[in-house]
Amino acid sequence: MRDFFLTYQSLFAFVGINSLLALSVYATLCCGQLSLANAGFMAIGAYAGALLTVHSSLPFPLVLAAAAIAPALIAVPLGLPVLRLRGVFLAIATIGFGEMVRLFFVNWTYTNGALGLVAIPQRTGLWMIYLSLTIALYVFARLRGSRAGSALEAIREDETAAATMGIETTSYKLAMFVFGAALAGLAGGLEAHLTYMVSPSGYGFGRVVEMLVQAVVGGAASFFGPVLGAAFLTVLPEALRELSSRIGLSPGPFRLFLNGAILLAVILYLPNGLASLPARLRRKAQA
Amino acid sequence: MLQQALNGLFVGSIYALFAVGYTLVFGVLDILNLAHQAVFMLSAFAALALVADAGFPLWAALPLAVVFGGMLGLGLERIAFRPLRDRADSNISGLISSLAMATIFESIAAQIWGPDISRFPFNAFPDRTLEFAGASASLLQLCILGISIALMALLTLLIARTRLGRQIRAVAESPRAARVLGIDVDRVIAASFFLSSALGGAAGVLFGLAFNSISPDVGRSVELKGLAVIILGGMGSVPGAVAAGFALGLVEVFTVSHLGASYRDVVSFAVLFLVLIARPRGLFGQAAVREA
Repeated sequence: MRDFFLTYQSLFAFVGINSLLALSVYATLCCGQLSLANAGFMAIGAYAGALLTVHSSLPFPLVLAAAAIAPALIAVPLGLPVLRLRGVFLAIATIGFGEMVRLFFVNWTYTNGALGLVAIPQRTGLWMIYLSLTIALYVFARLRGSRAGSALEAIREDETAAATMGIETTSYKLAMFVFGAALAGLAGGLEAHLTYMVSPSGYGFGRVVEMLVQAVVGGAASFFGPVLGAAFLTVLPEALRELSSRIGLSPGPFRLFLNGAILLAVILYLPNGLASLPARLRRKAQA
Repeated sequence: MLQQALNGLFVGSIYALFAVGYTLVFGVLDILNLAHQAVFMLSAFAALALVADAGFPLWAALPLAVVFGGMLGLGLERIAFRPLRDRADSNISGLISSLAMATIFESIAAQIWGPDISRFPFNAFPDRTLEFAGASASLLQLCILGISIALMALLTLLIARTRLGRQIRAVAESPRAARVLGIDVDRVIAASFFLSSALGGAAGVLFGLAFNSISPDVGRSVELKGLAVIILGGMGSVPGAVAAGFALGLVEVFTVSHLGASYRDVVSFAVLFLVLIARPRGLFGQAAVREA
């Protein structure tokens, strides 16, 4: 058991971090908003955390707090104008923001531009990742069924109707947008202190797509869906590494293909994600 | 100055050609087809394979690759969009399924051609430079400019004058009303996808020739630029996309010469962002009928 754990320690760490990231996308998805700014928020958190660790003697918990707060502070003035946009327009605006953040870091000589920061001390422990994940899940669990949770659901189903019923749609959307930004920043800070490095190429459009895919594959109808999706899509390629070489495909493209195929299958046949599979099978069995 | 304007027009024509197809599908379906960049990339690879491996001359490979792009579009529509059409959240689920198709296309390209940059064989196109009024342009650049303008003019004519064009405009206005009027909506949507992807494919081949480097992720940066173009031009507006494509090409070239190369991409995203916040319907978009 202990051997198993040690062998797969880094896999567990990435499952946790990817879960946080998928949850950060879920935060806005659960009130019907497709925001793709999270790779940018993650970059801000990662750089803020890494710079604080390298240039100050701040204790690590405070560094992580700063990694979460920095993007949240940026999310407020960003969210106010951007969240007025709906559907794909919000997605496009947030893609634009994410790319601007990435290009900012590419051009910032203080952080070595495109090369990024290296030799960041390793501070992240597995328990920190899972403690953060537990706290995030607790927040989502408390939201469910609460007044705020019902308001979010109403906004997801029909924003105009929700506003007509007196729900402050903008405040709720902004709150979730900021919460998502904080989660992404926290995950960025944790990852930076796990992999020793941050560089702009790790926070491009591809990264936020990865988060979205994990959230959707797991299921965006409930908060444990994104965690399930992150775990599934992080572990699966490792498990299939052997297989891909046996059938003569390079592991990189094979993994990419699998991600695409799974995402397509889920969106076409299982719109509520893997998390809805058991209930669906049960219903089928009864029918 | 003239030289830079020429370079800007030349890059802009590729952006415009890419974005015209992008915006056509959005106009008809209100769906952002994020696999457009993958069609762009695969068509470029198809042209490369035809020229380098099958020994086709370039003038024959180009139309074949364009048709190939169109066929990919038909496949995309059938697999990733048609099944989702009646869902309430079809514009978000369609975006996600197109993302899935883009990933699959990219993985196929990476499996066949490898993750690195591929190039057209030397001498695939005669290397000739023309000079006038102190500016120089290669024959290739002029051909690219000419081909993309011709294709965009053809599309504009097709939409404005032909029966199919009228049907496309009707479906864009309201699929339900179009169906009541006896239009085969499924066929019109499939045709729009074919046109859109064929143009995207043409843009891919021209881009591949212009920069002579094709890799599985070559479409990604163009995709993001294309987003800026269709937002600036107004989602769904073909003339808007053309104008904005050329505008973005020019702005980029002048940004590089005045501010430095590293600011080139910043400008397009700044434009995208400001337009969305200040005037979401873009320069040529219809008034706020859309959810913006």
